[in-house]
Amino acid sequence: MSSTTQRRASLILHRMRAMLLGGVVMIAAGCASPHDDGTTLTFWTIGREGEAVVKLLPEFERLHPGVHVKVQQLPMTAAHQKLLTAFAGSSTPDLSQLGNTWLPEFAALNALEPLQPRVDRSAVVKQGDYFANIWATSVIDGKLVGVPWYVDTRLIFYRADLLKATGFNAPPRDWNEWRKALAALSKPQDGIYGILLPTNEYEQLMSLALQQPEPMLRDGGRYGNFRSEGFKRALSFYVDTFRLHQAPPITNVEAGNPWDEFGRGVYAFYFSGPWNIGEFRKRLPATEQDDWATAPLPGPDGAGVGAAGGSSLVIFRQSEHKDEAWTLIEYLSRPDVQQRFYELLGDMPARRSAWDGDGLRNDPKVLAFREQLEHVKPTPPVPEWEQIANEMQLVAAQAVAGTLSIDEAAAEMDRRADRILEKRRWILDHERHAAGAAP
Amino acid sequence: MNPQRAAWWFLTPALLVLAVFFLLPVIAALGLSLTDYDLYALADIRHLRFVALGNYWDLLHQSAFWSALGHTFYFVLAGVPLSIMVSLGSALLLNSPLARCKPFFRTALFAPVVTTVAAVALVWRYIFNTKYGMANYVLGAVGIHPVDWLGDPHWAMPTIILFAVWKNFGYNMIIFLAGLQAIPGDLYEAAHIDGASPLQQFRHITLPMLAPTLLMVSILTVSGYFQLFAEPYVMTEGGPLQSTTSVLYLMYNEGFKWWNFGTASAVAFLLFVIMFAVTALMLRVARRGAAA
Repeated sequence: MSSTTQRRASLILHRMRAMLLGGVVMIAAGCASPHDDGTTLTFWTIGREGEAVVKLLPEFERLHPGVHVKVQQLPMTAAHQKLLTAFAGSSTPDLSQLGNTWLPEFAALNALEPLQPRVDRSAVVKQGDYFANIWATSVIDGKLVGVPWYVDTRLIFYRADLLKATGFNAPPRDWNEWRKALAALSKPQDGIYGILLPTNEYEQLMSLALQQPEPMLRDGGRYGNFRSEGFKRALSFYVDTFRLHQAPPITNVEAGNPWDEFGRGVYAFYFSGPWNIGEFRKRLPATEQDDWATAPLPGPDGAGVGAAGGSSLVIFRQSEHKDEAWTLIEYLSRPDVQQRFYELLGDMPARRSAWDGDGLRNDPKVLAFREQLEHVKPTPPVPEWEQIANEMQLVAAQAVAGTLSIDEAAAEMDRRADRILEKRRWILDHERHAAGAAP
Repeated sequence: MNPQRAAWWFLTPALLVLAVFFLLPVIAALGLSLTDYDLYALADIRHLRFVALGNYWDLLHQSAFWSALGHTFYFVLAGVPLSIMVSLGSALLLNSPLARCKPFFRTALFAPVVTTVAAVALVWRYIFNTKYGMANYVLGAVGIHPVDWLGDPHWAMPTIILFAVWKNFGYNMIIFLAGLQAIPGDLYEAAHIDGASPLQQFRHITLPMLAPTLLMVSILTVSGYFQLFAEPYVMTEGGPLQSTTSVLYLMYNEGFKWWNFGTASAVAFLLFVIMFAVTALMLRVARRGAAA
């Protein structure tokens, strides 16, 4: 029996050894193997993007003879682990897609090539053309480490026909109106709710919290700031939605098929991201396509901000083909290529000029996103953010279940965040001492 | 060359392999559990701190660890007896002289063991779906209100136990079947002549004769069930409200999700100590029972 336990216990060790000793093998397998003539770029994509990007590459290879791009598609669930393992084993690709919330982590690892000098020289990548706060997510500690590729923010999908039938001719613009609409549209005794907020997704509460003046972490990301008035206001609004039975307290695992239920009017609002435009178009019958619409997030008092999500393109420091990797980033950043990318996949372009294409400009369902993207805020730029956001949601779910009050939940979130940030505080203080000691 | 030295020479290759691939990693993991190896240490080894038993101390003061341990014990205490009863019951049925089509049933009942957890979880998630699932449909037919199997924190673990028992009972069933077939038939004949009822036969012949098998099966099952991970990973992702987060799930999250390898190693060693203690206790109780 002990052998099985210890086998599990040594699982970590196997990984560690693979990382440390196997690095040489991985370099040989991953980076080398050059094309017959010229350079081979290794490009890692995460999730669905890989399928679309391979359709854009023949054109790039035609424009740049001698550069061959090898795309590796990582599944969403394994990507983070694979990227970290690759870093530990010195087998990172030349360039990769990287989620905006992961950028601080890889910047802390010093794994990413600073890109500002290349942007300064570039005729294609122009900072002014990008949504300002989307660009800001790629700037970590004053250094630009990525170029925004596509954007993602959560806003509201709503059933315009149901809202109209209850007397709301426009989507809500602030929390007050939103609450009224939710109350009018919820009939919990019939299993009908105003909105679906899966209790195991942190993005919704996080978006509401970003609308507050106080940041969620204070003192340069040293401590949690969840006990601020602003956060408590966001948490109260979130929790009240459940307590008033305007949202069912279920996770996205149980929600099963939310698209179908949205179509049947089980939920009048759905708090989600751009990929669902495609899902709703695909899954709902043609006759129901005029019934739903999108709107920017309502804020506490007036139009609210959303979370600056999406992915950037990064070059790894270890790459031996940084110039070629940059030409690929420039190619993928061209407005016309971004438009084709949108047509292939529905991923929204990060730069404004790409939104002038017909596909985007004339689509009423995406206009709300265009509007929202001018009003987004980045998440706290610390490597621990995703873990903190997870803990925040776990505590929030307890508040939804009624086992914690708002004040207790906020205090618990701070306690957990402070514990997670302990190492960061130590390192920041350590570095300050080291800097102070140096002449 | 004396025989003892020759024996050592023969053992050396196996011992070397064990040392390199088993002992060394375990010692390294133990070392790792005394540090705060994490993302920052990966970036710069100077950020690695020796924390002695700090990881263990922190874990013992974390409600998340205790609740994960509680869920694991819940799973073991409810799952192991249930699993063994189902295995023994089906083995008895298969071993009965009245049973027909034995090879078919033996294969059919063993089939869940060789299926992939991720694949069958998909099917079971549909069965346990609150609105459209078969489980609630059947309950509804006899007038019982629908149960939120995977969404209600009180029901999620029983559902996971049900799933795990279904998935695993076939393996023990085969072992029990072998054990049953090894019991000499004349014992039953003699008992029959003495007028013992089937229940008495089971109580006084089958159970005592199966005792060694039963002990082995329960130790294997207990240690297997302590390592609960795949079932909640594919069915509930540890939720709802973390009600299905096991100790191993906690280790996975710490290590592979958040890259806190120091803490993850400490979790692994704590689980090892607990399992070691529990199985040692089981062996001791069994030995005392055999001596009595």
